[in-house]
Amino acid sequence: MSGPGDSWRLRESYTFDRHVIAEIHRAANTGVYRIRGWGAKRKMPILDDLVFLGASMSRYPLEGYRESCGTDLVIGEERAARPLRIDIPITIAGMSFGSLSAQAKEALGRGASAMGTSTTSGDGGMLPEEREHSSKLVYQYLPSRYGQNPDDLRRGDAIEVVVGQGAKPGGGGILLGQKVSERVAGMRTLPSGIDQRSACRHPDWTGPDDLQIKIHELREIVDWQVPIFVKIGAARPFYDTALAVKAGADAVVVDGLQGGTAATQDVFIEHVGIPTIAAIPEATRALQDLDVHRGSVKLIASGGIRSGADVAKALALGADAVSIGTAALIALGDNDPAYDDEYRKLGSAAGFWDDLQDGTDPAGIATQDPRLTARLDPVIGGRRLANYLQVLTMETQTIARACGKSHVSNLEPEDLAALTVEAAAMAQVPVAGTDWIPGARRKR
Amino acid sequence: MSTPHPVTTVDLAETPLRDLNRTLHQARQGSFRVLNPRGAHAVACGIDADIAVEVHGSVGYYCAGMHQKGSVYVDGNASTGLAENIMSGTVRISGSATMSAGATGHGGLVVIEGNAGARCGISLKGADIVVGGNVGHMSAFMAQAGNLVVLGDAGADLGDSVYEANLYVRGEVVSLGADATEKDMRAEHVRTVAGLLDAAGMEADPVDFKRYGSARNLYNFHIDDIDAEVARRAG
Ligand SMILES: Cc1cc2nc3c(=O)[nH]c(=O)nc-3n(C[C@H](O)[C@H](O)[C@H](O)COP(=O)(O)O)c2cc1C
Repeated sequence: MSGPGDSWRLRESYTFDRHVIAEIHRAANTGVYRIRGWGAKRKMPILDDLVFLGASMSRYPLEGYRESCGTDLVIGEERAARPLRIDIPITIAGMSFGSLSAQAKEALGRGASAMGTSTTSGDGGMLPEEREHSSKLVYQYLPSRYGQNPDDLRRGDAIEVVVGQGAKPGGGGILLGQKVSERVAGMRTLPSGIDQRSACRHPDWTGPDDLQIKIHELREIVDWQVPIFVKIGAARPFYDTALAVKAGADAVVVDGLQGGTAATQDVFIEHVGIPTIAAIPEATRALQDLDVHRGSVKLIASGGIRSGADVAKALALGADAVSIGTAALIALGDNDPAYDDEYRKLGSAAGFWDDLQDGTDPAGIATQDPRLTARLDPVIGGRRLANYLQVLTMETQTIARACGKSHVSNLEPEDLAALTVEAAAMAQVPVAGTDWIPGARRKR
Repeated sequence: MSTPHPVTTVDLAETPLRDLNRTLHQARQGSFRVLNPRGAHAVACGIDADIAVEVHGSVGYYCAGMHQKGSVYVDGNASTGLAENIMSGTVRISGSATMSAGATGHGGLVVIEGNAGARCGISLKGADIVVGGNVGHMSAFMAQAGNLVVLGDAGADLGDSVYEANLYVRGEVVSLGADATEKDMRAEHVRTVAGLLDAAGMEADPVDFKRYGSARNLYNFHIDDIDAEVARRAG
């Protein structure tokens, strides 16, 4: 980095670097913790630290374009009269109307539908625009219960009981007053303009035994029509996954440390939870222990998924599908360099902007300001998202074929090696070129 | 309960719960009598029609959960989450309810003739709850809208982080939670309580109730700006 540090005599502190100094100044000026959007920005082991081995003398690849490589997935076949069938193993994660504009929600629905996959409501209820444009919509059941009602519950193609989120395992939602417009406030039964902090615990159940009864109630209300997911922030994924299965989930959604958010305390985003690469193998191990892996209970992983390589690695580690939030928003135009001037006026820059909480998103995605939301054309946005999902799918298939798999769900840990000791230990795959798995639990 | 329709009796000692709820979901009108609930969970949840259901005996969790339109009467006690997220209609029990009765209710009326346990009316969103006896600790936690009327006493931390719901208590309140405060009982509030007592069929003088609600001090983060002040002072 250039700047004053050009002088060879100046040395920046590793402990008190410029970000730390700026944050202490900010805290001293305002007396309130920093709230922001996006996910963890710190360096951490991620899926890039893994590589695929590909085919070799003993493994035969499939032809890139000619041989079929399936990508479909069915969730909830065992218990739901209408299981959720998706064509690609990539879904759109729950993002609330309120945090996002109605245009953004509609665009997500359009893009997901074009690719035959599902989108998800969020904290704040189901938006009519979203339902109309989503062929498959997962309805979230959250601690806040904003706008929660049995009609929407029955309109959902699946129900996702949210226990936690990777950006803040143990924390509730925040929506700052600037974004609590009349419509948002109305859907949440709150006064407009308040800094709305939603509950972090469900109001009518605590613990896995209660959850089992809650899931049973939800199934009864919807007459056992649709599957039920349980979403957890990656904290103790082995135990949480096992308990979710015991409680009767058809799918467990595990959201890693780097999972995005619309508004959370920075200290929470950066310091609570474990990375996605560490969470997937733990959740997988729990499903294997209970003999439901790649069977009656599906695993959906999220948190920092960006590319087909990430998708393929998540599947190889044991996930049945992934879910994307931040990447989907970027596909719609979030952090677009075309708006760099405007990002700079907000004290940020294209490529750095993370103030999804403050309602001023120049791209018209994370805002309720009609002047800004008008910039996002839901039809164009939907096409962008569909194209992006298409690329993720093709990339995933490319890797799967190279590993000789006729279905992406056949990817397995044996297809992977790790580039770092940390990644090897977390992912439970060997360091590349060795047969060493630090802290190995599983016999290979 | 008079109705032109014959009463359908469902005995849960013989009939699976699934069959009961399916029957109730398919019915568009009529009256139903449920026997031998024996603490079953999710009894009569998800009703969405103008039907009348009478349950003879005590029920488990989430009885009349997400209730709409019709009425459910339980002659007995109820466990956690009675009438949780009720949208409209009426749910009434002759006995007591444990935790989270009427949680997150958006509309309609919940009447508990006995006591309610902890977190009664938690995250209430517009429904009305009338409790003949006492309510437990943390009742009306984060309650957003609607009314909680308590003829007896309220446990600790009543109305913690309450938004715009009104809490009316006739007896003692052990303590108020964060940002909850006692408020004026104006004529309109006396009328509200009178109306709810009437709807619940309960005898009490509305002027004997005290009203509690939000002090609204937690509605927005308090954000200082020392830099701006220093700049101002410097002219
Ligand atoms: C703008 C935004 C809003 C979100 N809102 C919700 C929500 O309402 N409920 C929820 O469970 N998760 C919410 N999340 C988290 C996502 O569902 C998902 O877990 C996360 O975005 C996945 O990580 P990724 O962003 O790295 O893909 C939100 C995320 C973002 C970016």
